[in-house]
Amino acid sequence: MTTPVVVTGIGVLAPNGLGAADYWAATLKGHNGIGRITRFDPSPYPARLAGEVPGFVAREHLPSRLIPQTDHMTRLALVAAEWALADAGVRPDELAEFEMGVITASASGGFEFGQNELRNLWSKGSRYVSAYQSFAWFYAVNTGQISIRHGMRGPGSVVVSDQAGGLDAVGQARRQIRNGSKLIVSGGVDGSICPWGWVAHLATGRLSTSDEPDRAYLPFDTEARGHVPGEGGALLILEDAEAARIRGARSVYGEIAGYGATFDPKPGSDRERGPRRAIELALTDAAMEPGEIDVVFADAAAMPERDRIEAAAITAVFGPRAVPVTAPKTMVGRLCSGAASLDIAAALLSIRDGVVPPTTNVSLSVEYELDLVLTKPRASVVRAALVVACGHGGFNSAVVVRAPR
Amino acid sequence: MIEFEVTIEDLKRILQEGAGADENVDLGGDILDTEFEKLGYDSLALLETAARVTREFDITFDDDAASVAVTPRGLLKVVNDGTSE
Repeated sequence: MTTPVVVTGIGVLAPNGLGAADYWAATLKGHNGIGRITRFDPSPYPARLAGEVPGFVAREHLPSRLIPQTDHMTRLALVAAEWALADAGVRPDELAEFEMGVITASASGGFEFGQNELRNLWSKGSRYVSAYQSFAWFYAVNTGQISIRHGMRGPGSVVVSDQAGGLDAVGQARRQIRNGSKLIVSGGVDGSICPWGWVAHLATGRLSTSDEPDRAYLPFDTEARGHVPGEGGALLILEDAEAARIRGARSVYGEIAGYGATFDPKPGSDRERGPRRAIELALTDAAMEPGEIDVVFADAAAMPERDRIEAAAITAVFGPRAVPVTAPKTMVGRLCSGAASLDIAAALLSIRDGVVPPTTNVSLSVEYELDLVLTKPRASVVRAALVVACGHGGFNSAVVVRAPR
Repeated sequence: MIEFEVTIEDLKRILQEGAGADENVDLGGDILDTEFEKLGYDSLALLETAARVTREFDITFDDDAASVAVTPRGLLKVVNDGTSE
């Protein structure tokens, strides 16, 4: 049985907007959320820009019991989950606790919390390490905290596949709904903008060292030179479509119609990389033809080789300049596991409003045969969108979202 | 002999600092015999509290007994004279 799985709520915390409405308005205006790092002094590091979520004061949003035991990114995730549930009109205490679950993605866990406790350990001794270090750093911590807070005792898991994670979590959530769950909180909210996390980002060799916020992250541009990391993301309320109807859900943003995931061949292999097959698998899973897709949200690595692979994959499936392509993440940076679920949110809002958000700051290289939506949003009927995400380590995933029927 | 007696007021402050406070609980009231579960504190909160008491007062006591104390009175007893309630 393949029951449709629909999105009924969206919770967003992004570098250019707190809440889905603010994020979407800022994104359509092309508002840049990238800036010089403020959370620590970035001056000794070769890369100094990030997409930080502005104006987030945890104590204004969360009870004090949760503050000592949570990393910054977990606080963002708890608020995103709360906002998504409110948006969906869901009162978890009115639903069966074992029919609700939480499946999130995480790239690194609570790095900032972990850094502080490791500093305490080595500078003061083991007696100074927080008891909450036992779980606050851990990949699954967002899933656990959301599950406990809202009494969701069904499936609970975490997917670790870097940038692809935001899609892989949604794919897994859909699988669990097809297995009988009624509602899953899914997606990713991530971030590790602290010195320890920054060193890990630098080690990938993929960070832009530009100091100009509007010139640092330029996918598909001849000046592409790596990316800017960011924090935040989106959590989504996924429901069995029939259960949502019975519950009286007030809005349905769209359906998670298709999902595909592939893994790259080993480095140095001359076999094709995985993005094209991930896209084709997602389309096949959705039983849709390429011509039925109205916009592609690109992974947009901004590393020339990876841009080439992604552009070739899109062109191979859809044809040269045959489908609008966009990467609004140029405004917020790459949010690790938060990036792709934020793109799903943007895709659903594109469907709702009939508009494709722009890829800002980029001048498209003549090398790529893409219809990249540049500078300004493009009015367009959007019935279905494809979201592509490629994670460090060879993960490639794609999701098709479709207008509600 | 008790060189560093930890009081209920010390404990309330350290609970608040180390583990926060449930919004439905008035830590300012008489909580000496209220169960930690009703105050919104789990065993991890007690472990963290015990660690903070150890550091601040530079005393040692049985961590395991502290983390299973049922009430603030029980925890203070473990902390101040090293015997479980």
